[in-house]
Amino acid sequence: MTKHYLDITKEHCPMTFVKAKIKLEEMAQDDILEILLTEGEPLENVPRTAAAQGFTVLETTHVKDNIHRVVIRK
Amino acid sequence: MSGDFDKAIAVFTLASGAAAVNYEVNLFFTFWGLNAVKRVTGRSWIGRGLLAHSFNFLLGGRRNLPLSRLNFAGASPILMTRLMKSRNVATLSELFQAAITLGVNFYACEMAMQVLGLERQDLIPEVKEVLGVAKFLELSQGGQTLFI
Repeated sequence: MTKHYLDITKEHCPMTFVKAKIKLEEMAQDDILEILLTEGEPLENVPRTAAAQGFTVLETTHVKDNIHRVVIRK
Repeated sequence: MSGDFDKAIAVFTLASGAAAVNYEVNLFFTFWGLNAVKRVTGRSWIGRGLLAHSFNFLLGGRRNLPLSRLNFAGASPILMTRLMKSRNVATLSELFQAAITLGVNFYACEMAMQVLGLERQDLIPEVKEVLGVAKFLELSQGGQTLFI
């Protein structure tokens, strides 16, 4: 099981969940992806679209200011 | 899709976004829309016959798509791309690449290729098939069709 990291704090729709999806596709089964993202569209859409596609959202934590960390298992 | 820069942005934003959430996406490129999937991204003298040659040169490829309004002889798409980069918004080429990575299907219109004298090898290899409207309608059955 490998841990991957992705920072999409500077991205906007649709590249927020597009980049997350591309990263998830590249990963092996059971690998973990830690994503840094901002409030609003990314925080709303990235965990929701990941869960809808059968990935497991393990946790969502507030890091600082408007930045959050979402951990997803493939 | 048709061949304007702003419309291409809309097409590839929707296409990559939809493909990222597991929609099957089929894009049908016709007339000026074919410019977006030409192998050469700039201007080139491709196409059969003098008239088609001239049209293809004047139209150019993906880097020459004009803005549907306020194009200013091609200056605006360059300025718009610069603006998008500075605002951290995905550019047309990034959206285009994302659509390919996520497996969006590209189809080219057989009739428009005939008019512009284009051959299969004038288009990028990602174009899955050259087909007519009947086949495209068959492909899009059960889905939603958008004309952009």
